[in-house]
Amino acid sequence: MSAAALPTAPAERRDTVLRDELRTTRMVWLRELIRFERTRTRILSGLIQPLLFLVVLGYGMSGLVGTTAGFDFKKFMFPGIMAMSVVTTAIFSGMSIVWDREFGFLREMLVAPTSRASLALGKTAGGATVAATQGTIMLVLAPLIGVHLTALLVVEIIGLELLMAIALTAFGVFIATHIQKMEGFQVVMQMLLFPMIFLSGALFPLNGLPGWLTVLTRINPLTYAVAPLRQVVFAAQNMPAAARARFPSTVKLFGHTLPIGVEIAIVVIFAATFITLAIRGFSQTE
Amino acid sequence: MAPVPAREARSDERVSTSRRNVIEVEGLTRRFGDFTAVDDVSFAVGEGEVFAFLGPNGAGKSTTINMLCTLAKPTAGRVRVAGFDVSARPKAVRRNIGLVFQEQTLDEQLTARENLRFHAVLYRVPREEVDERIERVLELVDLSDRRDDLVSEFSGGMARRLEIARALMHVPRVLFLDEPTIGLDPQTRALMWEDVLRLREEANVTVFLTTHYMDEAEYADRIAIIDRGRIVALDTPEALKEAVGADTVDLGTTDDRLATAALERSGYRVEVVSDGVRVFVENGANAVAALIACVEVPVLNVHVHRPTLDDVFLHFTGREIRESHASSLPARVRAWHGRRR
Repeated sequence: MSAAALPTAPAERRDTVLRDELRTTRMVWLRELIRFERTRTRILSGLIQPLLFLVVLGYGMSGLVGTTAGFDFKKFMFPGIMAMSVVTTAIFSGMSIVWDREFGFLREMLVAPTSRASLALGKTAGGATVAATQGTIMLVLAPLIGVHLTALLVVEIIGLELLMAIALTAFGVFIATHIQKMEGFQVVMQMLLFPMIFLSGALFPLNGLPGWLTVLTRINPLTYAVAPLRQVVFAAQNMPAAARARFPSTVKLFGHTLPIGVEIAIVVIFAATFITLAIRGFSQTE
Repeated sequence: MAPVPAREARSDERVSTSRRNVIEVEGLTRRFGDFTAVDDVSFAVGEGEVFAFLGPNGAGKSTTINMLCTLAKPTAGRVRVAGFDVSARPKAVRRNIGLVFQEQTLDEQLTARENLRFHAVLYRVPREEVDERIERVLELVDLSDRRDDLVSEFSGGMARRLEIARALMHVPRVLFLDEPTIGLDPQTRALMWEDVLRLREEANVTVFLTTHYMDEAEYADRIAIIDRGRIVALDTPEALKEAVGADTVDLGTTDDRLATAALERSGYRVEVVSDGVRVFVENGANAVAALIACVEVPVLNVHVHRPTLDDVFLHFTGREIRESHASSLPARVRAWHGRRR
């Protein structure tokens, strides 16, 4: 065989490689944004479910729970519902890889001469941006509920939503790389997402629950994502002590109230773990 | 279907030495358990060549193309594509090849241009060249006026041509097309082939494709017929047909008996068939005038038949390709359509 010797490509310089990988990550991120922006109906339907919870459940329960010092159950729920919206969108975005696989585009990404880590990070960043945006859109409902917004509060909310969104999108990417079929998606939603949301304190206070329920809520990582969001929202409200006692926003673990820094640290660890797992899952996908 | 340009017939040259090889395959084998999907296959493809792998489904075409594209690992053998070993330098190989899969791999919620841009970034096309490349490849496949349309609005043929354009974005040395026209109507297939042949001329890209359509393999410079994991024949379409046998000319006359006698007297090899006389000649088209002059009775109709690749396939494998793929084709066509949102 006449092996025509072709010149081999010169060893690429490290900084060029890094720049190219970042460019890939940015492109994958951008794709998520373009797709989000193009599916306005999904943005709308993404608002309807939380709105239902907030209005129907909120008003329904407010009658039962009553008003304490001008503070009612709707206001308590508001940060929780915002978190719910972020979490749902984030997991959906991460798991959209299942759709990418179904419609073939995943293959276009996987065969490219690029690092899988860049793809996984782009997907996570994109999904997280979309989820945080969806959660932030919910703020338009704040005046309706009677939740007072300040510029600082909005910044704090966006920051916490982004962190939460990154953690859960990575979680979604990780799961998506381990399910091959669309059917698996439904199962994950029923078995994981809903229990996680219900046990996170998004919909009811977590203190004074029966023992078994306390354990479940405390091992649910979402708990530590929801609580800080509620704490910053409550901190910006003019809440009398009676209302604070009636609607607690903190989480007690082994009898101690967790500081917001610890809660955030737990979510950061959760995010870092699943980003690592997502990258690994993506790298092993065929 | 466009007429096949007559090409210089070459003798069986599994190892092409006339030009630089961009694909070199030696003893390539792939086993799945006890089943040998690809069995000791060797061939070489020269620069600028259009090379077809022809065979029924399950013959080992896709397994071979996957190994050439670094998407599957060979059990044994050596493959070099664009100068790089597929096992040792898979990323270098991928940077130098364009891939078009059987199933569609476009993002239908993006526009044509966005799909191309995404690909450009993934394949490290220098930033300042991206826009220019996009315009160039869209022109090559005649989709320039649809550049900002969503792919979901494209027909199957347009989507396929966009995929070819996309595969050319990073200026690959070899373009791999796995069953490129599956699920397309004949007219669209012909259009797609015009694109492929044009870009061979204009971009000097080597094209390696698999197909189970005979008429499609005709476009190739050389064809490898693959059956049960082995290459059973490899040559130009013309040479393969010549290997099968001569042309035939069927003549319908007012008196076939007299015609037969006259032809035999002139030394032609003749056979009586149901509706006339069949004459075996070297070049059917050129022989018609002489035959009509020779038969001495009025000729009612003439039919010239050149051996087709169907005949070639039958000759080398003892089976007709249509039988072997007929059962599985509908399912695959359905799979293709099912993917379109």
